Parts: sequence; C-alpha cells; structure tokens
Amino acid sequence: MGMGSPTTLLICEHCDTVYHRRPLGRGEVARCARCHAELERHQTLGVNAMLALILTALIVFVQANMWPIVTLGLGGQYSGTTLWGMIIAMWHEQAQVVSVLVAGTLFFFPLMKMLLLGWLLWFARTGRRAPGFVPLMVMLHYLGPWTMSEVFVLGALVAIVKAHTYFDVIADPGIYAYAALTLLITIFAGVDLRQLWDETSESAS
Amino acid sequence: MSALPRAAELGLVACRVCGLVCRNVAGDERLDGDGVDDAMACPRCGSTLRRRKPHSYMRTWALLIAAFIIYIPANVLPIMRTASLNDVDDNTIISGVVELWRAGSPNLAIIVFSASIVVPVLKFLALGFLLLSSQRSSNWARLQRAKLYRLVELIGYWSMLDVFVVALLTALVRFSVLSRVEPLPGVIFFGLTVVLTMLASMSFDPRLIWDGRDSDD
Repeated sequence: MGMGSPTTLLICEHCDTVYHRRPLGRGEVARCARCHAELERHQTLGVNAMLALILTALIVFVQANMWPIVTLGLGGQYSGTTLWGMIIAMWHEQAQVVSVLVAGTLFFFPLMKMLLLGWLLWFARTGRRAPGFVPLMVMLHYLGPWTMSEVFVLGALVAIVKAHTYFDVIADPGIYAYAALTLLITIFAGVDLRQLWDETSESAS
Repeated sequence: MSALPRAAELGLVACRVCGLVCRNVAGDERLDGDGVDDAMACPRCGSTLRRRKPHSYMRTWALLIAAFIIYIPANVLPIMRTASLNDVDDNTIISGVVELWRAGSPNLAIIVFSASIVVPVLKFLALGFLLLSSQRSSNWARLQRAKLYRLVELIGYWSMLDVFVVALLTALVRFSVLSRVEPLPGVIFFGLTVVLTMLASMSFDPRLIWDGRDSDD
C-alpha cells in the first residue's frame, strides 16, 4: 500500500507541523514551535497506576450515583434526590431532552468511559490487547468531551446556594463522592490514552 | 526556526483518532477543508484518514448559526418556575444570576454568569471570527487565533452548568403545594445550544488557521 508508519514522527494536531519524537523527561511537556499547542507530555502514570485510579473512580462513581446528593428541609418535610432522581424528574416534567442530556453526560458516558478503560487497561498490564481493542479505543476517542461530572459538582454547589435562601440544606454523601470523583478526573486529565496503541502489541490479542 | 515542515507538504497525514502517522497516497487533495473524500483508512484503527476535517467551514458555520438561533429562545424564555403557596416566579438565565447575586453569593453569580452568558457569547464571536479570518486566508495573529481556538475548546462544556442546576432543583424542590420547581422550555433550548456549540467547535479544523497563502512565518 505504500504506507509506512514511522512512530518516530509526531504531527501537531492543531497546525500540521511535523516533528521527530524524542523521549521526554519527568514532568516535561513537548510544545509545538509553530502554534504552541501541547504535542505530548511525559506520562507519569504507568498502566497499573491508571488501572488503580479507574477502579477507584468506578467505586466512587457507584457511590455518587446510589447515595442522595442533597436533601432539602421545609417545615419538617424533607426532600432529597439522587442523580437518577434528577433524570426521572426532568423526564416527567416535559423536559425529556434535558433528561437525556443529563443521563448521557453524567451517567452513561462516564460509566462507559470507566468500564472501557478498565477493560483495556486490565489487558494492557501484560502488554496485551483486550478483545475488541480497536473498536473500543475508537469509541473512547469519541466519548472524549461528553462526560461532564466536574461541571455537575459546580452546578450542585450553585443549586445548594440558591436553595439555601428558602430551605434547610443538608449535604448528603453523594455530593462528597462527586467531589472525590472530580479530583480523580483531574488527576486523570493529563493522561494521553493514545499511548495504549504503542504500549500493547497486536500479535498477542 | 523558519523551517517547520508541515505534514501536507511532506505527504504525511496523522490519524485523527489514534494519532498514527501515515503516508498520504491521494496526493492532490485540496486543503481548504472541502476536499474530495478519498476514503483511505488508517491501517491501525480503521478510521478514515483525512488531511483536514471534511467540509470544516460548511459544517462549523451551519452548527454555529443553528446554535445562535436556538440561543435566542434560550435567553428570552424562562428556564425554570419556582412556585410556592402564594407566589409563582419564572426565572430566565439572567434573572437567575441577579437572584444569586442578591442572595449574597456574588462569587457564584459571577461563575454562573461566565458559564451561561460569557462562554456561549465568546464561542459565537470566537468561532465566527476564526471562520471568517481563515476563509480569507488571513495571516494576521495566527498564534493568537490558534490559542483562541484552544480556549474555546477547553471552556465550551462548562456552559452546561445551568442545565444541571435546573435539573437538580427540579428534583429537590418538591414539597407538594408548599414549594415546587419546574423546568420551562428555555432550559431545553439552552441545553441544545451548548451541544450545538460543542459540535461546532469540534467541526472547525484549527489547521486551517495556518493554511494561509503564505505558509512561511
């Protein structure tokens, strides 16, 4: 076919400039000389560390979704909700579009992302490619910007402050689980998942 | 550093999904983002290899204009109704910010104002400007334009904030007749605006900024 795949080359996604790849030192970030976009950064986390983070995130995610997030009190009456309470409430209040958006960005996409990563990393520990590696990696790429748990944490904070004027607000465990989840997402933000292509070998799949 | 070779000049192309660098066989594809589909697949992940995102200008304009049209009812129509025994109050995005300011949280009011008003407006202006300047093959302030695009990509999804606030309050404030919160159509339009602007910024190809008449800088 005439297509070589020189992994020694690196092309800036933001301006198409070609570079020779060079090994990066700890904490080092390679930037494009033309457009200053980040080309590559040193990957501090190994496969095992990433897997540990993902498993932790999964546990925290389950808790964040099972436990109520906030409870409001008004004259002895109490009303709390979980994430799914939100999704169901929006559906019944004629805002199905919002319900689907919330379910996707706060539940299904993050969950899929974590499960996919867990699966792929589990096999990558021994340098192998998990069954379905290629389509799953492609899927992971497209899931990219559609997970919004960290936005929700800020949204919950705003909702609490708004409700505080009229109600007694009790923060439930769910909100702390969400805060912890945001922290894990932040740690994971610098990870370039494309490294999995290079670190696993096709033959052993 | 004047010699920064570009992939298109060397006949190389990077896979947009997995990043693999491949030799581009179909050589004479135009670079304006509206090139012919040569449909060559990445040998590693099977995605279609393209030098530029397909029909980038057309798609980005279409999505951006659609987002802008929907942004109007998102601001004019109320996004949520708060009802208590003797009072029904419809909130728009702006009145929500004002109320938050008065409730004694100016910091949070500024955050909501940024996420709901500043970010969408910035996206419309920034993407419109990037589209126009790139279509004119302008060489002006390319580095700043490239940075502007990355900023738009980074902050775009935070606009979803208000949608989540309305959803959470709707689920929480359910005290039968005493006090209730209901979502109103504005929030649907607003959610759709955010999705459309995100799709618009994804369709724009930042490499077009550097595809000017004079590629030497």
